[in-house]
Amino acid sequence: MTLDAWVPLLVLCSSLVPGLLIFGLEESRVRLRTTLNLAGALTKLALVGVMLWGVAHGHTYEVRVTFLPGLDLALRAGPLALLFLVLSSLLWLVTTIYAIGYLEGSPHRSRFFGFFSLCVTATVGVAMAADMLTFLLFYEMLTLATYPLVVHRGTEVARRAGQVYLAYTIGGGALMLLGIVWLYTLTGTLEFTPRGFVSELDPSHHSALILIFVFLITGLGVKAALIPLHAWLPMAMVAPAPVSALLHAVAVVKAGAFGIVRVVYEVFGVEFAALLGVMMPLAILAAATILYGSLRAVFQDDLKRRLAFSTVSQVSYIVLGVAIASPIATVGGLVHLVHQGLMKITLFFCAGNLAETLGIHKISEMNGVGRRMPWTMVAFTVAAFGMIGAPPVAGFITKWYLGLGALDAGQHWVLLVLAGSSLLNAVYFLPILHAAWFREPPATWPEEREFGRREIAPALLWPPLVTAVAALLAGLFAALPFSPLEWARFIAEQEFSRP
Amino acid sequence: MDTAVLLQSGLTAPILVPLIGALLAFVIRRWATPIGLLSVVALLGAVILQVPSLFADGPQRLAVGGWGTPLGVDLYADGLSIAMLLMSGVVGLGISLYAAAYFRGTPARGQAFWPLWLFLLTALNALFLSADIFNLYVTLEILGLSAVALTAIAGGADALVGAMRYLLVSLLGSLAYLLGVALLYHAYGTVDIALLAERIAAEPAAWAAMGLMSAGLMLKTALFPLHFWLPPAHASAAAPVSAALSALVVKGSFYLLLRLWIALFGELAGGVATLLGLLGAAAILWGSIQALVQTRLKLLIAYSTVAQIGYLFLAFPLAVGTGITAWSGALYLALSHALAKAAMFLVAGNLLRFGGHDRIAELDRVVQRLPLSMAAFALAGVSIMGLPPSGGFIGKWLLLEAALTEGRWAWAIVIVLGGVLAATYVFKVVGNAFTQSENPHQAQPVPATMEWVAFALAVGAVLMGLIVSQPLALLEIGDPFGIRAEAAVP
Amino acid sequence: MTPAVLYALTGLGLFVLGLHALIVHAHLLRKILAFNVMGSGVFLVLAGLAGRTPSGIPDPVPHAMVITGIVVAVAATALALSLMLRVTGATGHARLPDETER
Repeated sequence: MTLDAWVPLLVLCSSLVPGLLIFGLEESRVRLRTTLNLAGALTKLALVGVMLWGVAHGHTYEVRVTFLPGLDLALRAGPLALLFLVLSSLLWLVTTIYAIGYLEGSPHRSRFFGFFSLCVTATVGVAMAADMLTFLLFYEMLTLATYPLVVHRGTEVARRAGQVYLAYTIGGGALMLLGIVWLYTLTGTLEFTPRGFVSELDPSHHSALILIFVFLITGLGVKAALIPLHAWLPMAMVAPAPVSALLHAVAVVKAGAFGIVRVVYEVFGVEFAALLGVMMPLAILAAATILYGSLRAVFQDDLKRRLAFSTVSQVSYIVLGVAIASPIATVGGLVHLVHQGLMKITLFFCAGNLAETLGIHKISEMNGVGRRMPWTMVAFTVAAFGMIGAPPVAGFITKWYLGLGALDAGQHWVLLVLAGSSLLNAVYFLPILHAAWFREPPATWPEEREFGRREIAPALLWPPLVTAVAALLAGLFAALPFSPLEWARFIAEQEFSRP
Repeated sequence: MDTAVLLQSGLTAPILVPLIGALLAFVIRRWATPIGLLSVVALLGAVILQVPSLFADGPQRLAVGGWGTPLGVDLYADGLSIAMLLMSGVVGLGISLYAAAYFRGTPARGQAFWPLWLFLLTALNALFLSADIFNLYVTLEILGLSAVALTAIAGGADALVGAMRYLLVSLLGSLAYLLGVALLYHAYGTVDIALLAERIAAEPAAWAAMGLMSAGLMLKTALFPLHFWLPPAHASAAAPVSAALSALVVKGSFYLLLRLWIALFGELAGGVATLLGLLGAAAILWGSIQALVQTRLKLLIAYSTVAQIGYLFLAFPLAVGTGITAWSGALYLALSHALAKAAMFLVAGNLLRFGGHDRIAELDRVVQRLPLSMAAFALAGVSIMGLPPSGGFIGKWLLLEAALTEGRWAWAIVIVLGGVLAATYVFKVVGNAFTQSENPHQAQPVPATMEWVAFALAVGAVLMGLIVSQPLALLEIGDPFGIRAEAAVP
Repeated sequence: MTPAVLYALTGLGLFVLGLHALIVHAHLLRKILAFNVMGSGVFLVLAGLAGRTPSGIPDPVPHAMVITGIVVAVAATALALSLMLRVTGATGHARLPDETER
C-alpha cells in the first residue's frame, strides 16, 4: 500500500478513534474530551488539506479491500469527494467548538461527543465512498450514529422525533439496498464511474433501470428531505442546536443530496439518465420541494422549524442543479452543497445562541433582539441575505448559476421557480430581520442569562461569525482558485468532458 | 502421513474434549466451573487447529473404530462442518465465561449447569461431524435432552413448563426423524449420507422419509408454524441457557436439514423447497410482528429468533438456480445470528440481574446505568436488522442477490421487509437507553465479565460484516453445496 | 403379505396410535407413555424391515440401531418423568397449563 492509500483511512480514523475513545471517558474528564475532539477535528482538516492540494495536482487517493467475491470496499478521494470533504471537515471543527460551549455542564456529554464523532466519520465515509456498496455502508452508519443525537434530550417529544426519523431513514435505506442489489445483479459492478456505468446495458433492461433509479432516489431523497419524504426533518428540531446544525448543514441532508449527485453523474450518467426520461421528473420534484418548503417556512413561528423548512427548500437547489442537466446548472448545484452548508449552519448557530442567552424560540419573541445581541444578529443577517440570494453573499452565486444553467438547457420554467422561491425566502427572512433590528425590545426576555459584558460565551459567538464571514467570502471571491465555485467548475468539467 | 494422523486425531477432539469435561464436571462437582472453562477453551483451540489443514488438504473423513461402511461410524469434516464447529466454539466460550460469573451466587445450579452444558456441546459437535443419518439421530436426541435439562435448571414454574413442552416437541421431532431413517435404511441398505446420495431415487420410500425427517427437523428448528414451543422455553431459561438455545441448538437441527436437503432431498421435489421458503417468509413476518408486540424483553428476543430462523429457510427455494450464493447467504446469517442472538440474551440476563425485571416499558431506568450492555444490544441489533457493517448484512445481501438474479421479487421484498420490522423491534428496546428517568430501580451489581462477554459477542457479529471473504472461502471447502460436482456433470 | 411387511405396518400403526394419544391426552404421564408407544412402533419398523443377508442371517445393523434407540428412549423417559414430577410440584397439575384434562 502506498502512502497515498493511507490518507483516506487516516481521514476516517481521525474522527473514529477519538469517538471511540470518548465513549470510554468518564463524564467529568472535560479537558481530555475537549482535547480529543479538537485534535481529531484539526487532524482531519490538515489531512483533507493535504488531499486537496494533491487532487488539484493530479493525485488520486484510493484504498480498497476485498469484501464479497467480486465486490470491494473502496475509498477514493476525487474532486467531487473533496468538495464534500472540505465542507464537512471545516464545519465539523466549527461545530465541535460550538457544541463544547453549548453543552457545557449538561449530562451525557461523553455519549454525545462519541456519537458526534461517529456521525462525522460516517459523513466523510459517504464523501469518499468509491462505489455504491461502500456508500451504503456509511450511509446506514450515518443513520445509526445520528439517532442518538436526535433523541439526546431524552424527552417524550425527542423520542417520538427519533422514531419518525428512524422510520423514514430505515425505510429509505431498505429501498436503497433493494435498488443496489438489483443494480449489481444487472451490471456486476457498483463502482462510481464518471458518466456512469449502466448505459451499456441492453435496452430491455431500461424499465428495470428506471425502477432502480426510483428506488435509489427515494432512499437518498429521505435524507435529502425531498417531498413527500421530508416530514422527519422539522420534527428532528428537538435535538440540541449543534445537532441541528450538523444535520442540516454537514451530515444528513447533505449525504442525501450528495448521494443523488453521485447516482445521477456516476452511476447513470447525465445523458443516459435524460435518455431514460428520469431527469425531468426529478427536476419537477426538486422544484416542487423548493416551493413547498419555502411556503411552509413562511407560516412557522418557531424559529428552528422555519429554518428547517428553509432547509427542505434549499437542499433541493442542489438536486435541481443536478437535474437540469446542463454544465452550468451543475456548477450551481454543486457549489450550493457548500454554500447552503455555510449559510444554514450560521443560522442554526444563531438560533441556538438566541435560545441560550435569552430563551427565545419563537420569531414573535425576536423584537429588538439585534440591540441585545448585535454580533449574533449580524451573522444571522449575513446568512439570511445569502439565503434570499442577495449579492455578494454566496447564495447569490448559486442562484445565478442555476438560472444561467436553466437558460442554457432551455428550461425557462426554472427561472420562475427561482424567482418564486427567492421571493418566498425574502418573505420569511426579512420580517425576522426587520423585527430584530428595528422593533423595540420587550421589557423582559423569556429566559435571560447573563454572560458578563459579552452577549454570549466566546465558544458560541465565534463559530457563527466565522461561518458567516466564510459565506460572505465564498461569494466575494468566487473567482479565485480553490473557491467553492472554481472547484465545482473543476468537477463539472470532468463530468461533462468527452473522454 | 504424520500430519494426516494428527489431523484425524484432531477431528475427534471437538467431541471428546467436552465429553471428558462433562464427565469430570459431573464427578468432581466442586471443580465444575474450572473444568468447564478449561474444556471449552481446549475445544475451541482444537477446532481452530483444524482450520489451516482444512484449507491445505480439503475435507477429512475418519472411520472411527474402523468398522467401515455401511455400519461405519464415520466422521466427516468439510468447510461447512468446521464453520459450524467454530461457531459453537466461539459462542460456547462466550457463554461459558458468562455462566461462570452468572452462577457464582448459586453454586448448586452452576454444578448442574456445567455437565449438561458440556454434554450439549458434545452432542452439537458430534452432529456437525457425523456422516451417517443414524448417528445424527443419536446426537440430535442427546442435544435435545441436554437442552431440555438445561432449560429446567432455571427452576420456577415457567421454566419447568417451558422445558416440558420443549421435551415433548423435541422427542416428537426425533421420532419422526428416526422413522425416516428406518425407511431410508430399508430402501437403500445404508445410513451413510454419501452412499445414500448415490442410491436415492424419486420413489415413495424416499418421499415418505423426506416428509418425516423434514417435518421432525422443522419442528426442532421451530420453523413457523411449528415454533410455538420456542418462545416460552427460550424466554424462561437462565440467561446463558437461553443464549445457547437460540444461538446454537436450533442451528443444529437446521444444519442437519440443510445437509440432508443438499445431499439427498434437493433433487426429489422442487415444490417442497417453495413450501419451506413460504414457511420461512411467514416466520419472518409473524415472528417479527410478535416480537414487536411483546412487553417482555426475553420474549421479544425469542420471537426475533423465530423470525431469523425464517430467513434461513428462504435459501431453500432461492438455491434453485443460484446455488452457492443462497446457501452461503443463509449460513452466513446463521453464523452471525449465533453471535448476535447470544449477545442479546446475555444482555437480557444482565438487565434482569441489574433491575430484577425485563419489562420493556420500564427498561429506561435500567439501561441508562448499563451502557456497555446496551451498546452490546445495539450492536447485536445492527446485525439482526441486517444493516452494514455486520454479518447479518452480508447474509441478507447474498440472499437478496440470489433472489434478484433470478428476478424473484416476492422473496426479495420479504427479505427487506423483515429487516425493517427487525429495526422496529430493536429500536423499541434501544430507544429506552436515551430517555430520562427520575426514579431508578434498586439495583443488583452486574459482574463486569457478564457485560464484556455480551459486548465481545456483539462486536464479533459486526466484525463478521467486515471480514467476509475468509469465512466464505471456508464454507466452500469440500464443496458442501455440491455445486462443482453438479457442474462437472454435463 | 410377508411377515416383515406385517411387522412394519404394525409398527407404523403403533406410531400413529401413539401420535394420536400424544395430541389428545393432556396428562403428562399419558403423553410420555404415548412417546414410548411411538418409539416401539419405530423400533418394530426397523427390526421388521431388516433385510436378510444371503446366508439367511438377519442384517445386524438395524438391531444395533434398535438397541441404541432403546437406550436413548430410556434416558428420555427418565428425564421426562423427573421433569413431570417437578412440573407437578411447581404448578400442582401434571399437565401443561393451556391444555385441559380429558
